[in-house]
Amino acid sequence: MNSINRLLTSAAIGVAMGASSFAAYAETPANMLVIANRIDDVTTLDPAESFEFAGSDISRNVYSRLVYLDPLDLAAGYQPGLAESWEVSEDGKTITFTMREGVTFHSGNPVRAEDAAYSLQRAVILNKTPAFILTQFGFTPENATETIKADGNKLMITTDKQYATSFVLNCLTATIGGIVDKETVMANEVDGDMGNTWLKTNSAGSGPYTMAGWKPNESVTLEAYPDYYGGAPTMERVIVRHVLESASQRLLLERGDIDIARNLNPEDIAGVMEAGGIKVEDELKGRLMYLSLNQKHPELSKPEVRQAIKYLIDYEGMKDSFLKGQYTIHQNFLPATYLGASEENPFSLNIEKAKELLAAAGVEGLEIETGVREAQERMEIAQSLQNTFAQAGITLNITVGTAKQILARYRARELDMYLGAWGPDYPDPQTNAGTFAYNPDNSDEANATGLLAWRNAWDTGGLTPKVEAAVTEGDRDKRVQMYQDIQAEFREISPFAIMFQQIEQSALRDNVMNWSTGQAVTSAAYWQVTK
Amino acid sequence: MALTEDNNERRPTRAPLSDTLWPALKTAVRTLSSIAVTLLGLLFITFIIGRVMPIDPVLSIVGERASQSTYDAVYEQLGLDKPLIVQFLYYLWDVLHLDFGTSLLNARPVSEDIARVFPATLELATLGILFGVILGVPLGVLAAVRKGSWIDQVARVLALVGYSMPIFWLGLMGLLIFYGILGWVGGPGRVGIFYVDVVPSVTGMILIDAALDGNWDVFKDAFSHIILPASLLGYYSLAYISRMTRSFMLEQLSAEYITTARVKGMSEWDVIWKHAFKNIRVQLITVIALSYAGLLEGSVLTEIIFSWPGIGSYITTALLSADMNAVLGGTVVVGLVFILLNIFSDLLYKVFDPRAK
Repeated sequence: MNSINRLLTSAAIGVAMGASSFAAYAETPANMLVIANRIDDVTTLDPAESFEFAGSDISRNVYSRLVYLDPLDLAAGYQPGLAESWEVSEDGKTITFTMREGVTFHSGNPVRAEDAAYSLQRAVILNKTPAFILTQFGFTPENATETIKADGNKLMITTDKQYATSFVLNCLTATIGGIVDKETVMANEVDGDMGNTWLKTNSAGSGPYTMAGWKPNESVTLEAYPDYYGGAPTMERVIVRHVLESASQRLLLERGDIDIARNLNPEDIAGVMEAGGIKVEDELKGRLMYLSLNQKHPELSKPEVRQAIKYLIDYEGMKDSFLKGQYTIHQNFLPATYLGASEENPFSLNIEKAKELLAAAGVEGLEIETGVREAQERMEIAQSLQNTFAQAGITLNITVGTAKQILARYRARELDMYLGAWGPDYPDPQTNAGTFAYNPDNSDEANATGLLAWRNAWDTGGLTPKVEAAVTEGDRDKRVQMYQDIQAEFREISPFAIMFQQIEQSALRDNVMNWSTGQAVTSAAYWQVTK
Repeated sequence: MALTEDNNERRPTRAPLSDTLWPALKTAVRTLSSIAVTLLGLLFITFIIGRVMPIDPVLSIVGERASQSTYDAVYEQLGLDKPLIVQFLYYLWDVLHLDFGTSLLNARPVSEDIARVFPATLELATLGILFGVILGVPLGVLAAVRKGSWIDQVARVLALVGYSMPIFWLGLMGLLIFYGILGWVGGPGRVGIFYVDVVPSVTGMILIDAALDGNWDVFKDAFSHIILPASLLGYYSLAYISRMTRSFMLEQLSAEYITTARVKGMSEWDVIWKHAFKNIRVQLITVIALSYAGLLEGSVLTEIIFSWPGIGSYITTALLSADMNAVLGGTVVVGLVFILLNIFSDLLYKVFDPRAK
C-alpha cells in the first residue's frame, strides 16, 4: 500500500473515530498476552540457525542461555543464566562455567553441562549463517569438541587467543547461545543433521515458555513453563498474531482484542495516542541508516569530500518529517544502549561549509550514483540527499533496485555511494566495530564482502589495529573508552555517514506493564510482562 | 441357434460397447493430456520467471551478511549451480512424485503449507461467490427487465462502486464500521483468540470443521470473522455478475421468441425465467466460474487487511522472498483450480444445453 493510501486510510479512521465512539471493547484474559506483529520473517526455530527478528523473539523466550540479559535492566549487561558463575583462566583463553543445579528442560530432562557443550558445538559444526558469532573465537567444526567441553557440572570453552571476557559473554547472550536438550534433539536426528530439520519447526529448550504452535504467517503460540528456573511467568499463554496491516493492528488494539501492536505506522501511532486506554512506548533499536562512499572513486576518496558529504545531509529535516517517530539522529556506528556507544552528533546540514570543503578539494560538478533498495524510507532519504547535494553542485543519480541488484553491486565495490541500513548481530560493540572500522586486507582479492569497510574499499586509516586491541581489552571501562575514541576518529575520517538510529514504537493497552522489545541489544521478552 | 439369431434381430439396435467406450476414452485421454500439457506449461513458465526475476533465493535464506562460503554452500545446496533445464527436470520429477519440495523460508513441506492455506481461501471464496450469485443474478435480471428504472440505476451504481472502489479501502472501512464501531462482526483473523485450535482440523475450513465437531460456539465465532471479508469479495463478484446478467438478459429479451411468447399470452414470470433466463444459463456459468476461479486465486489485499492466511498472500510472500518451491506449488494448485472449474463448466454446459452434448 503506498504512502498516500496509507495516509488516507489513517485519516479516514481518525475522522470516523472522532465522530463516534467504539463499541464496548473486549479484553484479553488477564493471564494471556496477545501481540500483533509481522512474523513472516520466521524461517526456522533452531537457535543454531535463527537470525531474524521475529524468530529471535521466539528463541529468547523458549531457550535459556548460559548468560542472559535482564529485560527489566538491560543496562546491567549479561547476568548469570544457566551458568550460575564463571571463571577465566590466567591466560584469558579458557572460561569455565559452573552450571546451575536443578534446572530442567521442557521435556523434563535435567539441564547439564553436557547439553550446553553439545549446543555450542552443534552451532559451530552446523555452520549456519549466525555461526560466525561463535567461530570468530577460533572454534571450527574440526576443533569444536576439543575447545568446547563438559566435565561434570562444568563447561569449559577455550578460545584461540585472549578476548575480552565481556565480548565472549555478550556473544553467548545472542540467539545462537540458546541451550538445547541434547537427548531430545539427538532422538530426532536425521542423516547426521544434529536435529536441525526437526528443530526448524519444533523446540527443545528450558526457557520460560514452551512452543505450543507455529503456523507460518499466521500465529505463534507459547505456553508458560511452570518449572522455569527463574519462576513461572505471569502470562500463562502468549499469542503472537501475524497482522501485516498497520490499520488492522490499530483496530484490534482499540477494540481490545490484542494487548500490544508492534507495527503501527506514524499516522496510526498518532491516532492511538489520542485514544483512551492505550499508551505508546519507544525503544531504541539497533538498526542504523547510513550512507557510504566508495573509496575507489577518485573524488569521493578525498578527505574534504567525505567531510562535505556529511554536511550535506538534512538530518533534522528528515527526522522531523517522513522519519518522525521512527528514527532519531545518530552519527556513530555503535547504536545507543550499546557498550561504548557515543552520543556525539557533530554534523548538521551546512551547505556553505560543504561548498568550502568541496572547493578546498578542487571538486566541481561532481556527479555520482547511489544504489538504493526499493524501500519507502530509503527512497525518501535518497530524494532528500539528492536535493541537498544539488545545492552544493553535486548531482546525485539514484538507482533503485531489489536487494539482489543493489547488494550485488555493493558487495562487488561497484557503487559510488550506497544508502542502506545495518543492524548489529550480537550485543557487543565488536559486532559493528568489526565491520565498519575493521578491514585487514583492502585488496580486491581479499573478497571480504562481509566487511562494510571492505565493500567501500576503505583501509580504515589505522583503525583496524585499534579495533583488534579493543576486542581483547579485559577492563570494561578501558574498553568503553577505546570504542569511544575509535568512533570519534571514525566520525571524522571514515567514508561512512551514519545518520539515524531506529526507534521502535509499541502501542499497548495501558494495563500492560514491563514490556520490553529488547532495545538495540536483544529481542523481545514476555516472561516479565504483567497485566 | 436359430432362435437366438431371431432374437438378436428383434432386439433394439445398440452400438457395440467399443463404439460408446472408445469416444469416452478418447475424450478422457484428450482432457487429461490437455490438463497435463497446461500444467507443464504453467510450471515451466513459472519456473523460468522465478529463476530470472531479480530476487536472490540464497540471500533470502542466508541474509545479506553471510560469508561467501556460506552463500556458495547454500547456492549449491539449492542446485542453482546446475543448468536451468536440469533444475527444471529435477523439479518436475519431484512433482510427478507429488513432492513439491520444502519451503525455503519456513522449512515445511510445501504440500503441508498449501493444505493449510488453500482451505482458508476456499472457504472464503465459496461464501463470497454464493453471496455474489444469490444477489447478483436476480439483481441483473431485475435491472434488465426494468431497464432504465430506479432498480436499474441502483444496480448500475452498485456495480460502478464495486468496480472502482479500491478493495483495501472498502475492507478497512468495513472493518472500522462493522468491527471497530458497531462491534457486529469479528476482527482480522479466522477466529478469536479463545477459539484458536479448539476444533480438530478435518477439512481445514473452520466453519465445516466446527459443524462436524458440533462446536457451535466456534462456528458462530468463525462465521462472525468470515462474514465481512466474504461479503466484500461477494460484493466485487456481485458487481461483475449482475452487469453480465443484465447484458445477457437484455439480449434475450429483445429476441423474437420472447415477443412471440408474450403475444401468446405467457405470464411475464414464465417469459423471464422459463425462456429468457433459461437461455443465458450457459453464459452465466462461464461468468460465475471465472469469477469463482478469480476468488480462489486468493485476493491478496483482502487477505492482508483481514489477516486471512490464504493462498494469495502465501504465494505473494513466497514470491517476494524468492521461495520458488512455495510459488510453484501454489501456482500448480491455482492452475488446477482453473482447469477443474473449466471442466466443471463444460459438464454443466452439457446439462443445460443439449447442443453441447
